[in-house]
Amino acid sequence: MQTVDMQQLKSGEVNLGTSIMAVQFKDGVVVGADSRTTTGSYIANRVTDKLTHVHDRIYCCRSGSAADTQAIADMVHYHLQIHAQQSGGRPTVLTAANVFQKLCYENKDALSAGIIVAGWDKETGPSVYNIPLGGGLFRQPWAIGGSGSTYVYGYCDATYQDGWGRDETINFVKNTLALAMSRDGSSGGVIRMCVITEDGVERLFVPGNELPKFWEGEEVLSKSSNRTREFTDDMAIEV
Amino acid sequence: MNSVYKGPGFDFSNTNRNAFLETRGLPLPKATSTGTTIVGCLFKDGIVLGADTRATTGPIVADKNCEKIHYIADNIRCCGAGTAADTEFSTALIASNIEMHALSTGRKPKVVTAMTMLKQMLFRNQGQIGAALVLGGVDASGPHLFTIHPHGSTDKLPYVTMGSGSLAAMAVFESSWKPNMSRKEALDLVTAAISAGIFNDLGSGSNVDACVITATHTEMLRNFVKPNERVQKEKSYRFARGTTAWKKEDIRNLIISEVVVPTREGEEMDTS
Repeated sequence: MQTVDMQQLKSGEVNLGTSIMAVQFKDGVVVGADSRTTTGSYIANRVTDKLTHVHDRIYCCRSGSAADTQAIADMVHYHLQIHAQQSGGRPTVLTAANVFQKLCYENKDALSAGIIVAGWDKETGPSVYNIPLGGGLFRQPWAIGGSGSTYVYGYCDATYQDGWGRDETINFVKNTLALAMSRDGSSGGVIRMCVITEDGVERLFVPGNELPKFWEGEEVLSKSSNRTREFTDDMAIEV
Repeated sequence: MNSVYKGPGFDFSNTNRNAFLETRGLPLPKATSTGTTIVGCLFKDGIVLGADTRATTGPIVADKNCEKIHYIADNIRCCGAGTAADTEFSTALIASNIEMHALSTGRKPKVVTAMTMLKQMLFRNQGQIGAALVLGGVDASGPHLFTIHPHGSTDKLPYVTMGSGSLAAMAVFESSWKPNMSRKEALDLVTAAISAGIFNDLGSGSNVDACVITATHTEMLRNFVKPNERVQKEKSYRFARGTTAWKKEDIRNLIISEVVVPTREGEEMDTS
């Protein structure tokens, strides 16, 4: 018996083929994302902000369907506002993550959303929670997500270390995302980052022409055999 | 669906069956849609919206001069692409709700309010309402420009395009848009973007509609440019009299005269 696949993205749906990431460090967390939103092969938005505010010191990184993740983030934002008013204090990151998880798990058949929740709270300090497609909830020191993340698991495993400071963590996020964006066609554009600490949220921006560069191969024409060089020198420059 | 009571809204009970039939090779009927070019652009004092005026049903041009820039509020307008009926009714519904909201709050409506209402309605209907919108306006917090996709996702950008001609129009914006343009520069850019859609996209055509929204005024420029006017033919293509030969001539009087004879006489109508 053939079954209908409801897990698939509906045709024409706006997709966040994404590279997203969150890393905790001593004083806070760094969340980061690329900026590409696609509909099929068309880039619907090249400067998207996938780092979404859900409370004063809690942000989420969205991947999957744009419509689904925006709707979820809006609902969590609403719940946390109510929660903050009723309890008279800031909600914890775990509370936020639990609200996300509840929505993602209970509507798993209708949603395609992979979300990373990160932030700072009084109870536990900095924390990062990963909520993958099925609606699970996992606390991790670092989390990566989206289509681009598969290319950089090895890099993260090999590079991450406990006890980093702010700047080292920012660099780790920036390098990881740049590597993911260069290999994944559905990711790209600019890097957006947020540093969330007790004191506040600092937004960072890396333009597309200032991304960290790694080995990208050499110019074949300039470094290849003498014959090619003679050809270009003689034929192209002398008229 | 055994119950006599049927809830409001769409009935999704056949979606799984239809998806299954589609995988087995049964094509589903196509909805009427507008192959469209719609754009929006931020400038120094506000927003310029633009649209072409072609409406299509498959390969047929259904309307050569339709209106795609819909009213939401005095300071907010919305361009619609996708299923014509869906864009028409969703914008009309939100316009009504915005008016009610403005009346009950006693404030000028905000663009984000209209955007949120539209995205929540479209998300609730899970993409079944085929409305792809460009929403723009100026409110107390300044100018705002959004795109809203049929599944309910939104983007906020300084220049946006949608519809089948969006690629052609975006190419114009990407090469020429700059921050802090004057009203004239923005209007010219929007015209160029819509023209790119009209001439390079088969789904778009006819005239350019534009709408300029600033903090103080909203100006609707219906048929701002008409690059496809029908001109006087250089030659006459009428056939000369007697081109077709005939064998027989029969002239009949088409006026049939009849005499109406009253059946009864002198009986007054009872008007008591």
